[in-house]
Amino acid sequence: MTHKTVRIGALTRVEGEGALVVHARDGLITTLELRIYEPPRFFEAMLRGRAHTEPPDITARVCGICPVAYQMSACQAIEAACGAEVTGPLRDLRLLLYYGEWIESHALHVYLLHAPDFLGYDSGVAMAADHRDLVERGLELKKAGNELVAAIGGRPIHPVNVRVGGFYRVPSRRELAPAAERLRRARDHALATVAWVAGFDFPDVEHDYRFLALRHPGEYAILSGSIGSGDGRADPAGFAVADWPDHVTEEQVPHSTALHARLDGETGYLTGPLARYALNAARLSPLAREAAAAAGLGPVCRNPYRAIVVRAVEIVHACDEALRLLGGYAEPDRPWVPVEPRPGVGHGASEAPRGTLYHRYRLDEGGLVAEADIVPPTAQNQARIEADLRDLLAPRLGLPEDELALLSEKAIRNHDPCISCSAHFLDFRVSRG
Amino acid sequence: MGDRVVIGLGSDLRGDDSAGLEVARRLRGALPPSVAVVESSGDPAALVEAWSGAALAIVVDAVRSGAPPGTVHLAAEPPAPSRQPSGSHALGLADAVELGRALGRLPGELVVVGIEGGDFTPGAPMTPPVLAAVRRTARGLRERLSRERPAGPPG
Repeated sequence: MTHKTVRIGALTRVEGEGALVVHARDGLITTLELRIYEPPRFFEAMLRGRAHTEPPDITARVCGICPVAYQMSACQAIEAACGAEVTGPLRDLRLLLYYGEWIESHALHVYLLHAPDFLGYDSGVAMAADHRDLVERGLELKKAGNELVAAIGGRPIHPVNVRVGGFYRVPSRRELAPAAERLRRARDHALATVAWVAGFDFPDVEHDYRFLALRHPGEYAILSGSIGSGDGRADPAGFAVADWPDHVTEEQVPHSTALHARLDGETGYLTGPLARYALNAARLSPLAREAAAAAGLGPVCRNPYRAIVVRAVEIVHACDEALRLLGGYAEPDRPWVPVEPRPGVGHGASEAPRGTLYHRYRLDEGGLVAEADIVPPTAQNQARIEADLRDLLAPRLGLPEDELALLSEKAIRNHDPCISCSAHFLDFRVSRG
Repeated sequence: MGDRVVIGLGSDLRGDDSAGLEVARRLRGALPPSVAVVESSGDPAALVEAWSGAALAIVVDAVRSGAPPGTVHLAAEPPAPSRQPSGSHALGLADAVELGRALGRLPGELVVVGIEGGDFTPGAPMTPPVLAAVRRTARGLRERLSRERPAGPPG
C-alpha cells in the first residue's frame, strides 16, 4: 500500500493564502482539501449593531481587489431592506464604477497572474523581463480601470465616494473626460488582449459545470438582476435575488474558514466568468461578441483554462460599455436618493470579477444591522475547484511532487480565487507511507 | 505623480499589518503638494504605477523579523525576493521591485521602512507598541519630507 500526501502550503499568484492537501492511497485520491482563509465571516460579526449606512464602507475592506463589488452588493441589499431603489443616471454611475473595477481586476489576473502559466514563466515578473511591451500593455489597461474607479469612487482602492442611495458627490462630465480618453485606448488594448490569449496552447479539458450567474434582461449582468443557473444546454432556471436563501445553502467544512455552498442541494456549482459567459453571452456588447467569436469561444466555454479568454472578452465589454455610458453621461440631478432605515430584510447580489457576490442584511427597529450574511464567490467555487483538482490529479498521481504542485496551482488560478490579503509563498511537501 | 511618493502597504484586516496604511493616512494632507501619498494592498502593478517617475519613493510596511514589536527598520535596499516571507507583504514588494526593474520603472531612490508587527491575527486591533511606532514614523517622515528637496537638477 502506498500513501501519498501532497501539500501546497500557500499558493503563489493567488490573492491571499491557501493550502491544498491531497491524500492518496493505492493510486486513488482519498481526500482532497483546499484550505482557504476568508475574512467575510468576521465581518459579519463586526457589522452587527452598525448603522444601515455603514456596511458598504466596512465590507469594501474585505478585498483590496474588488471593493466596488462589496460596496454594490451591500448598498443594494440595504436599499432593498429600506424599500429604496437607485435607477437612471445614478445607476449608470454605479455601472461605470463597477466596469472600472472589472478592468483593473481582470487586467491584473490576465497579464500578471494567469498568462505566465501559458507562456512558461513562473511569475509575471519573469515574464516582464522577456515581454516588456506586453506587460506594459497590461498595466496600461489596468490603469484605465484605476482611473475610472478613481474618477467616480474618489480614489483607486477602497473608493470613498460610495454611499447607500448613490454617491456623496457626482463627477462632472469634464472630470470624467480624461478617464474616457484613456478608455478608448484601453479598448484597443483589450481587443489585442483577446487575440493574444486566444492563441495560447490550452489543455484539452472540459468539465460538465453547473453555472450560476446574475442575469439581466438588457445587460450582460454585473450590477443587478436575478439569479440564473444552468448547464449551458437547457434554458437557464432562475430565481429572484431575494429568494437566494431558499436555493443556496452553506455548510461548514472543517478544513477551511470558508463555507461550502450548495445550490438546490447540490454541491460544486461554478460562478465567475465561465458562468456569466455561458448564461449571458448574447448580451455582450457587439464588439465583445465579435471578439469572442474571433477567439473561437463558441456559445459556452467549459474549459476552465480558457477562462483567460473570457476575462479578456469581458475587458472589451467593460471598456465598450463604459465608453457608451460616458458618451451619454449627464450629471444626475442629485448625488443620492434618500434611504430611510426601517425594520426588515434586504438582499443584494452583483457580479464581482470572480463571481456572484451576495449580501443579506436584517435591520432592527432602530435601523441598525441585526444580522449580516455575505456569500463571496470563492466560497461558492471552493467545492468546484476541488472537483477540478480531483479530475486533474487522479490520473497523474505518479508524477513528481513539484509537477503536481505546479499543475494544481494552475488549475486553481483558472478560477482566480480571491482569498484576500497577500502573503505569497510556497511550502510544498510530499509524504509517502 | 509627485516628485516624491510615500506608499503605505498593508491590510486593515490583520492587526499590526495595517501599520503602513496608518502611516500613509497620517501623512495625507500633511505634506507638501509635490509629495504623493498612496495606500496599497501590495499589488505589484499598483506599486510600480505609484512610484514610476518619482525621484524618491518611501514604502512603509509591517514586517516580522523577530525583533521586538514596534521596532522600526530602515533599509535603503528593498527585501530580496525570497520564498520565505519576512513580512506578509515582503514578497509583494520584492516582486514590485523586480517588475519595476524589468520594465525600467524604478524610482530614483527607494527607501523601505519596516515596522515590526507583533499580532497579525485577523480582526485584531493594532497593538500599542506598533501604534506608537506608527506615530513616530509618521512624525519622522513628515519632518523629512517637509524639509528635503528631491535630488535632481536645481531649478
